[in-house]
Amino acid sequence: MTTTMPEAPTLPAPRGPVSEAVLAVLRGDHPALPAVDGTAPYGEDLQLALYCCYELHYRGFREADPDREWDPAVLGIRAELEGLFLSALRDDVPAGADVGSELDALLVEHVDAFGVSHHLRRNGQLWQLREYVAHRSLYHLKEADPQTFVIPRLDGPPKAALVTVQHDEYGAGIPERAHSRLFADMMTELGLCTDYGAYLDSAPAEILAEVNLMSLCGLHRGLRGALIGQFATIELTSSPGSDRLVKAMRRLECSPAALRFYAEHVEADAVHEQLVRRGVIAPLLSAEPELAPDVVFGIRASMLLAARSDDLLLRHWNRGESSFRDGADGRKR
Amino acid sequence: MAEARRRVIVTGEGPILVYGPVDVEMPDGTRVHSDRVVTALCACGRSRHRPFCDTSHRRRVRDDEGKEHGP
Repeated sequence: MTTTMPEAPTLPAPRGPVSEAVLAVLRGDHPALPAVDGTAPYGEDLQLALYCCYELHYRGFREADPDREWDPAVLGIRAELEGLFLSALRDDVPAGADVGSELDALLVEHVDAFGVSHHLRRNGQLWQLREYVAHRSLYHLKEADPQTFVIPRLDGPPKAALVTVQHDEYGAGIPERAHSRLFADMMTELGLCTDYGAYLDSAPAEILAEVNLMSLCGLHRGLRGALIGQFATIELTSSPGSDRLVKAMRRLECSPAALRFYAEHVEADAVHEQLVRRGVIAPLLSAEPELAPDVVFGIRASMLLAARSDDLLLRHWNRGESSFRDGADGRKR
Repeated sequence: MAEARRRVIVTGEGPILVYGPVDVEMPDGTRVHSDRVVTALCACGRSRHRPFCDTSHRRRVRDDEGKEHGP
């Protein structure tokens, strides 16, 4: 096991003129920046460009000088991309302010729902599980990091409760128990590469958009209500979803070590759900009731992007095709 | 001293939340421990991870029939 920060990932391949220009800026070049207007907000080009801008705040890239993180050229194009992404989300999710009803709806189990975890539990194949885990590695190898950005934007009881959850996510003082580490252990068991960023080129825009929403809301104090909504959505829906994945992995005869990540999430997120609702959201809205519409927005935007990812993966798999965009087919090892 | 007492929250809708590490003795004498800052103990009896909550207390619906489905 390594105890120091592993080497940063290499830059991905561009997916269009905007991501090509962003990648050039990250390398230290000074390209003519293309017009961002008209770039599809959920498309490959925009989502990859935005993902790379955000990654500077996490592990960075081997080819990018750490100073690019606060380079006005990067921040300028990032702001334009964020504007397009955010306004598309605001247009696509209905506004609301009733956080209680929104949370109640997330707590109802739809037994005949048909998402990726339902499919994997019922009749998913091992190569599909591996693709799912590879896509999820974009978040889970930095699990909890995007939400940690919100800590200094909170105060008092919500801050204490959120840090309690994050402490658990980071292994409660034991690095081997950090959820990102458990995820990497599961990837190893499934024969996947645990290098940070190894599956960035494989991940379609739909997967990148989910992680980008977390980074967007985590890095903007003005979107802290939305970040809390996004955080609540993960913590409230994760326990039953993880249970379905444990069942999928048992059915596919994965090793007990492989099951550990999702098995841990069944119990951990049953606790986190309670802490988020009672400890974070209730006191936050009591102190700052004007954040309610943003909390609802965060919940609905997360659900919208999760549904888009589910649709994409199931559409490919129903045709018997890989969901990897770079042809690194999950069926081949 | 009130500060030294362990905080326990009876949620009513689901688990009982206990602050601090716990050592739980089961009916058959086996012991299960949890080192979490907060542990959610199953109070509805439906958990398959007893003594811990696995969210099995949640309402379950079948959308095609639009009615509730027993756990």
